[in-house]
Amino acid sequence: MKTLKEVQAEVVEDFSMYDEWLDKYEYLIDLGRRLEPFPEDLKTEDRLIKGCQSRVWLDTRTDGDRLFFRADSDAIITKGIISLLIGVYSGRTAREIAEDDFSFVEQLGLRENLSPTRANGLASMIATIRETALRQL
Amino acid sequence: MMEVEKIRQEFPELGERVYGKPLVYLDNAATSQRPLSVICKWEEMSVKYNANLHRAVHHIADLATAEYEATREAVRDYLGAARSEEIVFTSGATASINLVAFSFGEAFVHTGDEIIVTEAEHHSNIVPWQMLCARKGASLKVLPVDENGRLRLEELPALLTSRTRLLCVAHISNVLGLLNPVKEIVNICHSNNCKVLVDGAQGIVHQRVDVRELGCDFYVFSGHKVYAAPGTGVLYGRAELLEQMPPYMGGGEMIDTVRWSGTTYAPSPRKFEAGTQNIAGTPTLRPALEMARRMREEGAEAELEAVKQFMLNKLQEDPRIRLFGVPEDPAGKIPLFSFSVEHCHHEDLALILDKMGIAVRSGQMCAEPLMDRYGVTGMLRVSFAPYNTLSEAEYFIASLERAIKMLQG
Repeated sequence: MKTLKEVQAEVVEDFSMYDEWLDKYEYLIDLGRRLEPFPEDLKTEDRLIKGCQSRVWLDTRTDGDRLFFRADSDAIITKGIISLLIGVYSGRTAREIAEDDFSFVEQLGLRENLSPTRANGLASMIATIRETALRQL
Repeated sequence: MMEVEKIRQEFPELGERVYGKPLVYLDNAATSQRPLSVICKWEEMSVKYNANLHRAVHHIADLATAEYEATREAVRDYLGAARSEEIVFTSGATASINLVAFSFGEAFVHTGDEIIVTEAEHHSNIVPWQMLCARKGASLKVLPVDENGRLRLEELPALLTSRTRLLCVAHISNVLGLLNPVKEIVNICHSNNCKVLVDGAQGIVHQRVDVRELGCDFYVFSGHKVYAAPGTGVLYGRAELLEQMPPYMGGGEMIDTVRWSGTTYAPSPRKFEAGTQNIAGTPTLRPALEMARRMREEGAEAELEAVKQFMLNKLQEDPRIRLFGVPEDPAGKIPLFSFSVEHCHHEDLALILDKMGIAVRSGQMCAEPLMDRYGVTGMLRVSFAPYNTLSEAEYFIASLERAIKMLQG
């Protein structure tokens, strides 16, 4: 199994292939579309990530010390972003996630190129994933 | 005749580029760009006339005070108000409404009284009234809009009772862009002894406003939406009402005398202008309103009219698009368009358009009750100013098409 850092490096490399922001959005839209369907009954208030302009749901299952994430959003670009995040962190141990510095998100350049409200949403997604991991320790 | 391209030269921000593309600024209902005349006045006030107002006897304090009071006179003239005491400077439309909610509320609203707002109001014209009602044990009633966003005026007489003290309505809705029949509303309300407050945040930009012709009791607006500095605003209030209203905030030059035994207050407008005022910002209202007048009177509106027709046609003929705020006659709408596109989230559209250099607004536009009424979580809003061009509108429509294709695949 690849390490978390290796997976993150791959994601950064994939994303950096696109020079134009519209191409990056095409990529995120595509990721969003390919995300496995999220059961409607899981779209509950307690699974909503606070601080996003659009609605984003995150569901967590545990298997041993590993965390498995599922997510959905009513906005497709946001869905692409959360897909990218859970693609990296799903299946990792709570300790790996809790000890990660999430610096690969900076390398993606997403934060500075999304509007502040959207960047807040991104920060909220990261905070939720990290808190979920911390609770499992 | 004023050429739009020439006007644009006077607004430096419009020449900016975003992501390497020319900025197409279509978020004017949120805040307008500022002309050089405003920027220069702002700078002049900071560089040459920076002194506190109405207090000192020294030279620059005199000059600063003269600028401030000349601005009051210019605003009075612009609004067609009878007396300059009726013009109170605030930090914006929200501050003006809160002032009325407190001071009018203290003087005139009691337990069991009623306030009416319309369903299409901005939160700034809802929440202060909810707070007043909670404070006073009064109730808030809502005048609804129909499916097209038009006020159900026929329901107003039945809503009014002998306990209705005030009706609050936007001159033009910030979501629907529709002109409300303010004069008719005023007539109905006044014959029922109910006062009327008009939120002119959008109206001041797109309409010639004459408060005596409208007959309203209060008219409020923000400077920053009509080309002036942010943190500036106006409350017009009829003199006999302002006289009876207690101050909102205490301190500074709002007093007559202060004694331990009690304080007496200055007459309006100073009674309502506590603390140090926006010395540099407020005088920008003068060149700003002058710009608004020039653009309305000197022909820039012709292009804006063409923009409106073009946008209305494009948005209404597209079956994928649901336009909110459909006028009976195009003259009843300003070039402000809130809509949703099927299978496309408004935020995705705004994000993609942003990368094409187009600034638009997405979300709830500070009007959640109206979003609920239409059963949507938000909308996309494009709002044009007289400095926008038809070619910008065409670029917007082409870009929207491209964004929809990206999202619908």
